[in-house]
Amino acid sequence: MSALTVLEAVREAMREEMQRDPTVFVLGEDVGRRGGVFLATQGFIDEFGEDRVIDTPLAEAAIAGVAVGAAMRGMRPIAEIQFGDFMFPVFNQIIGEAARIRYGTRGNVSVPLVVRSPYGGHVRGGLFHSQSPEAYFAHTPGLKVVTPATPYDAKGLLKAAIRANDPVIVLEHKRTYRSVRGEVPDEDYIVPIGVADIKREGDAATIVTYGLTLHYSLQAAEKMAQDGVEVEVIDLRTLKPLDRDTVLSSVRKTNRVLIVHEDNISLGVGAEVSAIIAEYAFDSLDAPIMRVAGPDIPAMPFAPTLEAAYMPTAEKIESALRQLLEY
Amino acid sequence: MAQTSISFPNGLTAEDLLDIYSTMVLVRALDERIWAMNRQGKAAIVASSQGHEAAQLASVWALRQHAKDYFCFTYYRDLAVTVSQGLTPTETLKGFLAKDGEPLSGARQFPQHGAMLDRRVINISNVVGTHVPHAVGWALAVKLCGEESVVAAYMGDGATSQGEVHEAMNFASVHKLPIVFIVENNKYAISVPLHRQMNIGQISDRAAGYGMRGVTVDGTDVIASYSACADAIEHAVAGGGPSLVEVDVERYLPHTSDDDDTVYRDPAEVDEARKRDPLVKLRTLLVGEGLLSDERDMELRDVARAEVDSATDAAEAAPFPSDYDVFDYVYE
Repeated sequence: MSALTVLEAVREAMREEMQRDPTVFVLGEDVGRRGGVFLATQGFIDEFGEDRVIDTPLAEAAIAGVAVGAAMRGMRPIAEIQFGDFMFPVFNQIIGEAARIRYGTRGNVSVPLVVRSPYGGHVRGGLFHSQSPEAYFAHTPGLKVVTPATPYDAKGLLKAAIRANDPVIVLEHKRTYRSVRGEVPDEDYIVPIGVADIKREGDAATIVTYGLTLHYSLQAAEKMAQDGVEVEVIDLRTLKPLDRDTVLSSVRKTNRVLIVHEDNISLGVGAEVSAIIAEYAFDSLDAPIMRVAGPDIPAMPFAPTLEAAYMPTAEKIESALRQLLEY
Repeated sequence: MAQTSISFPNGLTAEDLLDIYSTMVLVRALDERIWAMNRQGKAAIVASSQGHEAAQLASVWALRQHAKDYFCFTYYRDLAVTVSQGLTPTETLKGFLAKDGEPLSGARQFPQHGAMLDRRVINISNVVGTHVPHAVGWALAVKLCGEESVVAAYMGDGATSQGEVHEAMNFASVHKLPIVFIVENNKYAISVPLHRQMNIGQISDRAAGYGMRGVTVDGTDVIASYSACADAIEHAVAGGGPSLVEVDVERYLPHTSDDDDTVYRDPAEVDEARKRDPLVKLRTLLVGEGLLSDERDMELRDVARAEVDSATDAAEAAPFPSDYDVFDYVYE
């Protein structure tokens, strides 16, 4: 076991997969000589050479489209999009094309690629270094979307994504890169895509969350525990396909659910989770399904006071929990 | 074989010209049949390669002759490429009738769309231009694997306006990838004429902007088209990187069967365009050079007609695909 940060776990996952499988390669802006602006690929170009660690032109659509083409021919590209806020040029190639290629060729062509990107805010990133683009991808049949928030999950899920034969979007919350440290096995392992994780057991209520707000939810749950209230916290880890079973089992146990995510509240992942719970665990509910999420404003402002107004924090989560429990 | 005055480029023979001609006759017969079937209400949507056949077939012959291996990323108008790459008349018509047994996509997609890897064709999407980055990625994979293969990426004039196409060409040139961009310039993107599409006279002018070779040739001339493609392919094979080959062709039919070009096109201009019919041009050349007799020509056309007729019967008799697996193949 080693204690790694999320960023170190991401780096290790890619390095190990590149050592293991010669078809794996990395492409993106600054991934080569600089080792990535977050140093996710630090040292890679020396170890693997510039053929497998490609500094691309500043052109996200091409990064994604070239990755699609290479994947169709049997390579396993890892395309790094420097910030989640720059995912939009990638939509045509990933949502419009990659997601549909297996289906559109009746299984004859597949796209085993990974698009990974640092996303999320509470880092003074302002409008264009703070966004959470997961919902657009999670809405698309044919894609898989993972959002690991711990080092163990980050390494295991990125490995699983690289080995998967479908296009996988891996969103890494940038605030967790250096601030979250955890134990990671030294031996090879994966975390399966599509399986949520109960990070904290409880019986009074269930929080369903992912990303940075996992950590804020755990903080809120610790506060509640001081009052003898034990809250269960589920880390979705995968947004597509959603692990319905884990969520529904928990709701049947606790009867109250709060969904937390940083992304804008309307039509976010929480809306889908809420609909699933309402349809399949209606009889188990003792209270309405509640959500704490980013407000419907176009992303996080730069000034610290304005950013704080946006951000779902442990305090806001705790306040919502108390409301939920009082229903 | 009779002596001819044709100056054959390296790799192209009189035999080849006759093979190209008989393929062109078949493709044209198929093309005319699918339009007829659309007007009969049997084929929902039709786009054809009429006017483009010489350039398309010349490129395929050049790939076969000058590259050890190759792969084609086509677009919706490349019927001559897909047929010469082995899509049979029956399979072609099944595609247009959306019948079971259609190999490119199981009739999940528009005709001509999907993939036939064994026959070296991918044409996934009819969102214009999205396939050009794919073609570049495929070429990148070829290079990373140290293999010897050339990718041909086909597109129309309109496609060259798409941002992703610029990005793809730039990427290919930076990385000196083994790819040929074949631009079939018929001067119309549905109704938008060339001068509203770009402020340059020749699309090949763009090549210099990407640091790659560019050439414009008469796309209705098999020999000129072959020559240009062969050069570009050899350049790629030798590690010289990409080229842009612009083939100047004509579209004298509407964009697709859903289009009414009388709304935007001067009939006199369409008549002029028809004069560059590549099938007529090739026939005239072959007959003039004594390489093709009228009897042989008639024979070829009868054979083609018979093939298309029997393919029509087979396609019409085939059922629509069952929906038993319509929810499958989303994921592995």
